[in-house]
Amino acid sequence: MQRIVIIGTGQGGQQAATSLRQEGFAGEILMIGDEPGLPYQRPPLSKAYMASGDADALLLKPAAFYERSSIILRDGTRAARIDRTAQEVETEDGARHGYDHLILATGARNFRPPLPNLDAPGVAELRTLADAESIRRRLAHTRHAVVVGGGFIGLEFAAMARAANVSVTVIEAAPRLMARAVSPQMSDLFLKLHWSMGTEILLGTMAAAVMTDADGNAAGITLADGREVAGDLVLIATGVRPNVELAAEAGLTCRNGIVVDGSLLTDDPAISALGDVAAFPGPLGRHVRLESVQAAVDHARHIARRLMRPAPQPYASVPWFWSDQGKHKLQIAGLATDADDCIVLPQPTGEPVILLFKEGCLAAVETINAPAIHMSARRLIATPSAVLAACDYDLRQAAKTAAPVAH
Amino acid sequence: MKITFIAADGTETAVDAAEGESIMRAAVRNDVDGIIGECGGSMMCATCHCYVDEAWADATGQQEDGESDLLDCAASEVRPTSRLSCQIRMSAELEGVVIHLPESQL
Repeated sequence: MQRIVIIGTGQGGQQAATSLRQEGFAGEILMIGDEPGLPYQRPPLSKAYMASGDADALLLKPAAFYERSSIILRDGTRAARIDRTAQEVETEDGARHGYDHLILATGARNFRPPLPNLDAPGVAELRTLADAESIRRRLAHTRHAVVVGGGFIGLEFAAMARAANVSVTVIEAAPRLMARAVSPQMSDLFLKLHWSMGTEILLGTMAAAVMTDADGNAAGITLADGREVAGDLVLIATGVRPNVELAAEAGLTCRNGIVVDGSLLTDDPAISALGDVAAFPGPLGRHVRLESVQAAVDHARHIARRLMRPAPQPYASVPWFWSDQGKHKLQIAGLATDADDCIVLPQPTGEPVILLFKEGCLAAVETINAPAIHMSARRLIATPSAVLAACDYDLRQAAKTAAPVAH
Repeated sequence: MKITFIAADGTETAVDAAEGESIMRAAVRNDVDGIIGECGGSMMCATCHCYVDEAWADATGQQEDGESDLLDCAASEVRPTSRLSCQIRMSAELEGVVIHLPESQL
């Protein structure tokens, strides 16, 4: 294998390039991505970056790394087409780049709900450094922010805006916060935490349109019931859609993401996919698509190992997630969806730990400001509940005796 | 401010860090192999594990809350001088600090 092309310069694409070199790949590595600049971390954009404004602190690696590692970075360059027969990627400028293996790390883009006036000046979204820079500049002059979407991004922003003394209304269509990601018990805890920060939260409430002022600028959100929520900054945080178009146009199977097998290969043995865009066989035996740094990074490492080592194991990393909302670090080990049993463990200090079970085995653990319990939980996913009951659900104790997690 | 990293194989790398910058950040920014910092300093991952040189152990201070629990999850041996380098910030007392790197972070 001489030449590997990676489409996507986010954390997953960057990790794939890094891991290939660590695994000893000596051929050419070309990264192609439409965002300008060096690969950077997105998670802090809605957290630490908003406070510090320090963009350099976001860089995953300095420029010198790419030079030293002979990784060619074509930033600000959109891949236009994959020619699977010729094994070439064509970029928008017409250049063609041959590959022996292609890694699709195209990630996701923000979903734009079909609201009238969504393009009005003043409507913000948050995914890229450019988005974050713009919001950060505006926040200093914002009096009231209206957030559509009560997921991680919307709530991280809300907490940060409250800390900057901006009043905030969050509009969430579902009956609870972060409904896709956490248990109802954790949703409820965070509802109260955001109330205590002074955030107004409208659950089970549909946005109907972006309100505009006489100049056509965004001035708030009209709700489906006709009520109006006025605000000088409107943030749309209603989830993402995977960037599957390149793959789909090349004839690869796509179903809520680019479908890959247990080794993260697409239908085409010369093409892998990773991270937010990849729908891979999950722990419950059906395909899942995870929007997380963990999936991006662990997928990337797995693909690099598979390309460079003779007999690879199937991908089996435990998923984990985190969200910093004000002073509250929410951490999730495992997948909380489809749980059929739940145990809430009160803690001597701080918030309770929530254990979620599926068919008698530990499926997920949710914690707030308890990193040690979270780390233990990551080793214990899939442990039978009887084993945990036997040690009185002391996860840290149980983890010390558990077998190490497969990598 | 100067930080010297000594890799498990003995290779020394000296880098410049800013006051207030974490040792993890300085390592990543200066492309030092052996510190990953996967979570960006959120105390989530234990991939910035380091050993503070004995001579500097007092100056770097105590482990933060939760740090020792996270270190339990580190890939390499945990020693009394083990720290998460994201939790050590550069200050005047740490000018010239010497940091030993573990064999592996994953």
